[in-house]
Amino acid sequence: MAHPSSYQPSTGIERWLDARLPIMRVMHDQFMVFPTPRNLNYWWTFGGILTFMLVAQIATGVVLAMHYVPTEDGAFDSVEKIMRDVNWGWLLRYAHAVGASMFFVAVYIHTFRGLYYGSYKAPREVLWILGVLILMLMIATAFMGYSLPWGQMSFWAVTVITNLFSSLDAVIPGLGTQLVEWIWGGFAVGGPTLNRLYSLHYLFPFLIAGVVVLHIWALHTPGNNNPTGIDVKSPKETVPFHPYYTMKDGFALLVFILVFAAVVFYAPNFVGHPDNYIPANPLQTPPHIVPEWYFLPFYAILRAIPNKLFGVAALMASITILFFVPWLDTSKVRSTRYRPIYKWFFWAFVLTCLALGYLGSQPPDGWYLVFGRIFTLYYFAFFLVVMPVVGLIEKPRRLPGSITEPVLGPAQVKGRPAPASAKRKPEEVA
Amino acid sequence: MQPFGFSFAGVFAVLLALPGASLAEEATGTQANGNHAPEIARQSWSFTPPFGTFDNAQLQRGFQVYKEVCASCHSMRLLSYRNLGEPGGPEFSPKAVEVLASQVQVSDGPNEKGEMFQRPAQPSDRFRSPFANDQLARLANNGALPPDLSVMAKARPGGPDYIYALLGYHPAPQGFELAQGMYYNEAFPGHQIAMPPPLSDGVIAYTDGTKPTVDNYARDVSAYLMWAAEPKLEERHKTGARVMIFLIVFAVIMYLAKRTVWARLKHSNATHGA
Repeated sequence: MAHPSSYQPSTGIERWLDARLPIMRVMHDQFMVFPTPRNLNYWWTFGGILTFMLVAQIATGVVLAMHYVPTEDGAFDSVEKIMRDVNWGWLLRYAHAVGASMFFVAVYIHTFRGLYYGSYKAPREVLWILGVLILMLMIATAFMGYSLPWGQMSFWAVTVITNLFSSLDAVIPGLGTQLVEWIWGGFAVGGPTLNRLYSLHYLFPFLIAGVVVLHIWALHTPGNNNPTGIDVKSPKETVPFHPYYTMKDGFALLVFILVFAAVVFYAPNFVGHPDNYIPANPLQTPPHIVPEWYFLPFYAILRAIPNKLFGVAALMASITILFFVPWLDTSKVRSTRYRPIYKWFFWAFVLTCLALGYLGSQPPDGWYLVFGRIFTLYYFAFFLVVMPVVGLIEKPRRLPGSITEPVLGPAQVKGRPAPASAKRKPEEVA
Repeated sequence: MQPFGFSFAGVFAVLLALPGASLAEEATGTQANGNHAPEIARQSWSFTPPFGTFDNAQLQRGFQVYKEVCASCHSMRLLSYRNLGEPGGPEFSPKAVEVLASQVQVSDGPNEKGEMFQRPAQPSDRFRSPFANDQLARLANNGALPPDLSVMAKARPGGPDYIYALLGYHPAPQGFELAQGMYYNEAFPGHQIAMPPPLSDGVIAYTDGTKPTVDNYARDVSAYLMWAAEPKLEERHKTGARVMIFLIVFAVIMYLAKRTVWARLKHSNATHGA
């Protein structure tokens, strides 16, 4: 939220720096006193959690990269060397592998939160688009990272996913094949493929970090949305980010890390696949090739379409459609809380994503395929039909007068005169 | 008024239940690998509970089973003899590790004359593989390749439970057609395995009074293979306990700090409103 700077450099050094690079001013204005709606619930803590996860993944990843060998013959054994002979290597590797899963748990919750409370609606469209871009970069990064241990599932997942590009042969004969060979660096998935995936796996997190900076910038320009979805009307409805949200986010982060640690220390292979402890073997295809759990809904959509080219198109569309959400939703109100009809469609959509996740882990035949198609249909109908149509025909419930009304109760707001702003404590002044 | 806030607790309950549900299946994949995969019965292991540790004596017996039976066909190329003496494993004495290593001849070189030579293994050497290459292994085993066992306990759904089940051979049901040179095995996907039943009562002489039965051999070698696949399991469990306690205490403090800070805000509201 644009607000006048309240930074007061107190020492000579700070004044000197402030005149040259006002970084302390930016930190103070954006992360200390930044006016934040006082009614944010715990669903809003996942932004901070995601920032932590990105830093944790980069930190563990950089150290793992010091010991990892990105070659066909060396990759699997170097990962095992990390597990056996590198000091705390087992912790680094499990934290990094489980961390990827936890990262996706957090990003999916964060995305659903944005969808539920209409955080993509004006004036936050750019914020949302940058978020979808981060999601896509995360998907690419996670896919490339999963290839690195060069186990059976790594190798065959790379084979299946890179082969998707060959579907372009249906558009221009030979184009897909050319493209796939260019990606592989050869005529099959092999050493050159692994080497480039490793290079890009190291690059992408820094691209994510860059887009995260833009994402936060785009957040701090209009300011946070909030559970009511209505605009902040006065500074009284906000609190400074620190200490109010540093404490709240901090607590939520610790609970999240607690769950993260429980998996790392007590079930580190729970999210993995046993086949990935078998070294990659190009001559032996596993009976079922399944991606990591966080890709399963997209995998189910891919397999629901009988035509390869259209399947790949649906897969791509299932994510890129998110870019258009700010314009697909025609509702005048942001928060689903005040949308009696849309609410049901929203929860049906959440259920659909979970169902697609389950179906993605099952073989694509019989009833699995039938349901896969039904849920795929609803997945797209939610964006293309529900969002535009329900927004037009629905009569939203009465919105509260201010964002604090649901917090303090309408009686307090209606019955009593508004508190004089002069009486507010200094730290509340945004 | 807050449907989303209400189900927040539910989502976290699911997240918390996730590791809880899998605690009993330490370090093994739980995803069903195909619908036709046979059911693997869960066994009780000393290392499965959150504070579980390996049973050193069991691992020593398991190593004996590996050395005297499995090692004639199966390699464990990721392990070194020194691992046998490291904490959290079979914990043989340093002297015993040296003796165990020196019983094996490994090839080394080339020496100054440019020739390869044989010498007794040292603790720092990797376990010697029974075959020089995969082709030789297949030649000696009727075309089948005995897989490396280093991470076997993590590479199959069910892990040590699967290995234990696999080693308990039962006669084939009537009418089951076995291919030439194959053996019936209930735990193996497809029920036909190239490995002949490797264990029989009394083939390995235990020295610690444990009954020399197939069931004990299978149990001990499964535990040993679990250690081989996850040698830092004990360290992980111990560190985990400390980390969890630290995080719980920190989270409680953080919650109290958050409540105190936010109470200041509510308090000021109430007084202003009155």
